[in-house]
Amino acid sequence: MGATLTMPAGRALRAQLSSDDIVKRGLMLVISLYLLVALAAPLYVLLSKSVSTYQFDLTAFEIQRSDDTGLNFGAPKTVEALNLETGAIAPEELETSSDGRLAVTGLFKDFSFRSPVKYRVRGTTEGAAFLVGSDLHRGTEWVELDSNTFRRVVLRPVSSFGLDNFSAYFSTPSLAQSISNSVLMGVISTVLVISIAFALAYALNRSHMRFKGLFKLILAIPILVPSLLPGIALVYLFGNQGLLKDLMMGYSIYGPIGIVIGSVFFTLPHALIIISTALAIADARHYEAATSLRATKWRTFWTVTVPGARYGIISAAFVVFTMVITDFGLPKVIGGQYNMLAVDIYKQVIGQQNFEMGAVVSVILLIPAVAAFFVDRAIQKKQVALLSARSVPYQPKPNTRFDWLCFTYCAVVAVFILTMIGVCQLAATVKFWPYDLTPSLKNFHFDLMDGGGWAAYYNSIEMALLTAFFGTIIVFTGAYMVEKSDGFKAGRTLFQFLAMLPMAVPGMVLGLAYIFFFNSPANPLNPIYGTMAILVVCTVTHFYTVSHLTALTALKQMDREFEPVAASLKQPFHKLFFRVTVPVCLPAILDISIYLFVNAMTTVSAVVFLYSTHTQLASVAVLNMDDAGDIAPAAAMGMMIFYTNIAARLIHALVSRALLGRTQAWRNR
Amino acid sequence: MHRSLYQTPGNSIMKKSASLVLAAFVASLSASAAFAETNLTVYTAVEAVDLDRYKAEFEKAYPDIKINWVRDSTGVMTAKLLAEKDNPQADVVWGLAATSLLLLKGEGMLEAYAPAGVEKLDPRFVDTTTPPTWTGMDAYVAAICFNTVEAGKLGIPAPKSWKDLTEPEYKGHVVMPNPNSSGTGFLDVSAWLQMFGEKDAWAFMDGLHENISAYTHSGSKPCKMAGAGETVIGVSFEFPGAKAKSAGAPIEIIFPEEGSGWEAEATAIIAGTANLEAAKKLVDFSVSKEANEMYNVGYAVLAYPGIAKPVDNLPPNVADHMIKNDFEWAANNRKAILTEWAKRYDSKSEPKT
Repeated sequence: MGATLTMPAGRALRAQLSSDDIVKRGLMLVISLYLLVALAAPLYVLLSKSVSTYQFDLTAFEIQRSDDTGLNFGAPKTVEALNLETGAIAPEELETSSDGRLAVTGLFKDFSFRSPVKYRVRGTTEGAAFLVGSDLHRGTEWVELDSNTFRRVVLRPVSSFGLDNFSAYFSTPSLAQSISNSVLMGVISTVLVISIAFALAYALNRSHMRFKGLFKLILAIPILVPSLLPGIALVYLFGNQGLLKDLMMGYSIYGPIGIVIGSVFFTLPHALIIISTALAIADARHYEAATSLRATKWRTFWTVTVPGARYGIISAAFVVFTMVITDFGLPKVIGGQYNMLAVDIYKQVIGQQNFEMGAVVSVILLIPAVAAFFVDRAIQKKQVALLSARSVPYQPKPNTRFDWLCFTYCAVVAVFILTMIGVCQLAATVKFWPYDLTPSLKNFHFDLMDGGGWAAYYNSIEMALLTAFFGTIIVFTGAYMVEKSDGFKAGRTLFQFLAMLPMAVPGMVLGLAYIFFFNSPANPLNPIYGTMAILVVCTVTHFYTVSHLTALTALKQMDREFEPVAASLKQPFHKLFFRVTVPVCLPAILDISIYLFVNAMTTVSAVVFLYSTHTQLASVAVLNMDDAGDIAPAAAMGMMIFYTNIAARLIHALVSRALLGRTQAWRNR
Repeated sequence: MHRSLYQTPGNSIMKKSASLVLAAFVASLSASAAFAETNLTVYTAVEAVDLDRYKAEFEKAYPDIKINWVRDSTGVMTAKLLAEKDNPQADVVWGLAATSLLLLKGEGMLEAYAPAGVEKLDPRFVDTTTPPTWTGMDAYVAAICFNTVEAGKLGIPAPKSWKDLTEPEYKGHVVMPNPNSSGTGFLDVSAWLQMFGEKDAWAFMDGLHENISAYTHSGSKPCKMAGAGETVIGVSFEFPGAKAKSAGAPIEIIFPEEGSGWEAEATAIIAGTANLEAAKKLVDFSVSKEANEMYNVGYAVLAYPGIAKPVDNLPPNVADHMIKNDFEWAANNRKAILTEWAKRYDSKSEPKT
């Protein structure tokens, strides 16, 4: 009877999911799904492609040989058996690529193409394929051939899986050389850029020099142009017909020198922004302490200033190193015979149609980029707040000599940047460099050149606008769901990881992964291949991380109490989102959209495998026109991208001002 | 009801003309329905400037078929076609290197078809199997672009033969396309191997390598570099040479005396196309005399014999310089040649500083 007195076991206690939570999780799921489809799945397919190998399967073919009458055939033997007798085909010849062809006449010692002997060839499996001349034969049907035709027989390989592609890669000296070349260029450029950028950041933050605003504008210019443009500028400045050729003292600009100078140009603003942020804040008490300890300026610099900025420097170094080794446009234009990994991918895929080897190089390029990414993450965690509540912000004191020194230094760097842009402008607007220097707009007649013409330029603008619009929505919504939802920790951690991953994936690798993934007929998303949509998806994904971090920073500034308050007032979260969150974060949202726009205009590496005839892009047109030798029109198109980005920046500044005046008035109480 | 009050004569005229327009529209609709217009997706690597002209000429001859061009450089186009092997997007390839088409043929991607009038073509421009899988349009022929102004400054004489290019006076003044990324580069190398024999050809290339200042990724770039004075000698082909000369480049186009390698631009139907009848009509047109006259605007050597008119800045006898080119041998040995080339010359290209 006692049993009936006990209460029935209740349901396990569980936090109730409100409909808001379900919507939030749903949205987060949708954006996670986006990242899985646009990033994780293509990378997985790329990895599997890199281990897909091709071999000649000698057991898959049989050959029969007749006597001199051409009538009586002997017993069929497999090619394997024939090879055991003669050893004509060495084991290392069996490893090949999808394009491989293996001649078989060597299997018959006394083979003569004039003899009346006849041969019969067939596969032993349905999949076995061989060519007679260029005609494909497949299957187990016997094919009878005279001696003269038999010498045109070549076997085709079958595909399987293994690490042979990697061993083939490392045993090809020219390919393996690219690894050390890329690393060397990365290291030299990084050291140079960090030194130059540090001095610039120091001058901008710790001096009283004049025209700081102007210098900041000029130093940001390289962000607005594709990385190909400095390459073109260097050809015009230091090439064989270059204006300043004599400065090269006989060395060629095509090669490591050009790559390093160009890399310094296009990575400088990125390093400058990071180091500048690190130098902008400093605790004056440290400097007071140094002064009272009678430390020299030099010693103070090394014991206070540099350590204070060390995390910024390390972070900048990794960013620059990754940018240099993964950039494709610059070494393509100015690299000459100096092989770099990113160009190898292009050569393998476009030049030799060897997709498997392209995938192998991609995987190799992925390794240092991913390593740099994780080291940087580990270091970032060590970063502690430099400014505590008690610290006193450091204020530089005027010092005429030092300020002039800073000014001169900044002016030199600014002149370098302006010269590079200026020479492109000049070359774009003369008739035939260097033989006919009459001003002309002939080089802007893009429709007469390869590369897509003016349509490519308009496509680029369309693509950049779509990327900015959809990218901002996806990134900001994703960041909001991660930052402002409760529970579901595993999902949020996974999402955060996926959002950080694009930073470590070179554009070229992403582009190649997209071909493999989206071009497969089995993929239901196959129809977007070759459309504007795939370019937008690729570009948003490629630049996801920085946008995501910007959005997160803005969202973190908002108190988490907003959500509970809204909930207690029984306000649905979307109302809070559109009425409070979005307006408050508007500056960040506008920054994300201009960042995506500018990068979509200049990106080459991510989209070079993905554009189609109807979706050619201006940045790719620069590449293709330079490739075809039309360097002046390439410079002209590069300048069009530059003008467009300046215009976009101006519009962004005006719109920001108008909108912020309305939505951010609360900040200035 | 009061609407009729506003009915003015003008209004009724408008109504009448509107119905006329409508009738015309309906008529044109039914007319085009009778034609049953076919859209052909055509992959090509011909020069961008020629596309509209080719399309207009073809659609004039066959008004019920519309061409949708998909254009890119030879390497990209070949890569794209091979990548789409299991799911071809193209109906026809019109204007791609014959060597590339042979690669596709080896994958079983081409539909054999003997177009009407194929027997009139120069046999060198038709696939050897019957029925052929590809038919040629025109040829581009290897040539040397020689900048006379820069050569004058340096006091270098013009080369007459390929072998001249190995002379020490040309050291650092020769640019050629990298055969691993350029079809033109490959046609040069395969022609040298066919002309000189394997041993001598590699010895020649060893010597040439000593004089090369850069291997470019594109076949026309060496000539344009010579035109701009970036190099003195560009190993390239005749077409960009003539173009650069017209644009004002101080260059001479030299056909070496041993003979020149060449490549046919060709047409083929992609196997499994849903528009086979329309595709056949396009191939019929591509080998016609009219089409060949159309190719003659830029190309000096045509598949249709006897009708070629000289092209500006090119000698009338370009075709005489062409060697006997074995496309099949080139395609089947392509991988081995490229591997050997890369082994010899790519690994050497380390920094010289």
